[in-house]
Amino acid sequence: MARALIHMPSNAKRGDVIEIRALIGHPMETGYRVGADGKLLARDIIRSFVCRYNGEQVFGAELHQAISANPYIAFFTVATESGTLEFDWQGDNGFAHAEKMSITVSAA
Amino acid sequence: MKLILALAMVTASALAADERRSGADFMSPATQAMQRDDAQNPAMLWISGGEAQWNTAAGSSGKTCASCHGDARTSMRGIAARFPAFHAGSAKTINLGQRINMCRERKQQAAPWRAESEELLGMEAYVAMQSRGMPVAPPQDQGTRASAARGRQLYVQRIGQLNLSCAQCHDQQSGKRLAASTIPQAHAAAYPIYRLEWQGMGSLQRRLRNCMSGVRAEVPAYGAQELVELEAWLAVRDEGMKMESPGVRP
Repeated sequence: MARALIHMPSNAKRGDVIEIRALIGHPMETGYRVGADGKLLARDIIRSFVCRYNGEQVFGAELHQAISANPYIAFFTVATESGTLEFDWQGDNGFAHAEKMSITVSAA
Repeated sequence: MKLILALAMVTASALAADERRSGADFMSPATQAMQRDDAQNPAMLWISGGEAQWNTAAGSSGKTCASCHGDARTSMRGIAARFPAFHAGSAKTINLGQRINMCRERKQQAAPWRAESEELLGMEAYVAMQSRGMPVAPPQDQGTRASAARGRQLYVQRIGQLNLSCAQCHDQQSGKRLAASTIPQAHAAAYPIYRLEWQGMGSLQRRLRNCMSGVRAEVPAYGAQELVELEAWLAVRDEGMKMESPGVRP
């Protein structure tokens, strides 16, 4: 069960710089650790994170080993128009999680 | 004269109470900020799970938590601050997790959650969060007090190959360093916590077991009465301190 929490303003004025914070539950297993049986634990990490604002990508990140479990990503974008922000995480073993948030942008 | 002496004693105990410092005070500013801000606190992932469970029917009764307790934000306010508590029905003191599982088994007729499972920690944290900012208020009944008294014995009892008691580190050496980490005063008002070292959530019992294996003592199983008694003593020791759940610890 993937769980994600996104914090961002639901209203903004056109041209405002808004902060978006995205937190997702994921073990981020590095692939370097051994389990109780002495065997290597297979790597299981999130590989990429993308944020699209009305279809246009405004932020992206590649994730690697040594990023902690439950990665937290905070970034900024400019409020241009009302619409939807889509968040998309993808990773090993076919991991995929998507969230949507809407924003209302009023004239400056 | 007696009055002056009594006043002096009251002042002295008030001073002693003021010296209690939450483990959060010993953390780095970055970790403190993580606990303070719900948008950064990873424990909120578990809490959102707990909130969903609260409104999900479980077991053959088909009841949700909300069917009996209503809105957790009002009905669970202050509840976690009063645990562990003596449960007359089972004639022993139980902690919040055991109380939750008791509801699951007896009221919902569902299987109890496993100790340290995502579900149990999520529900525990969700309930505990409703008491955030409230003072720890252990029950004053005889059963709980007797458990706390036994917990106090365990707290000062030397254990393990290192032959150390809880008190020797957390009362006598607190604020000093154990390798790179500061020894806190062992106040437990922030549990369950998200611990960065665990990369996940854990209960107070996990923390206690952690310390016990650290001093190379025999570690009691989850739910063992010794652990609950220690929890009960810690609650008495923390009486009046503010609930911080869900805490973040390094």
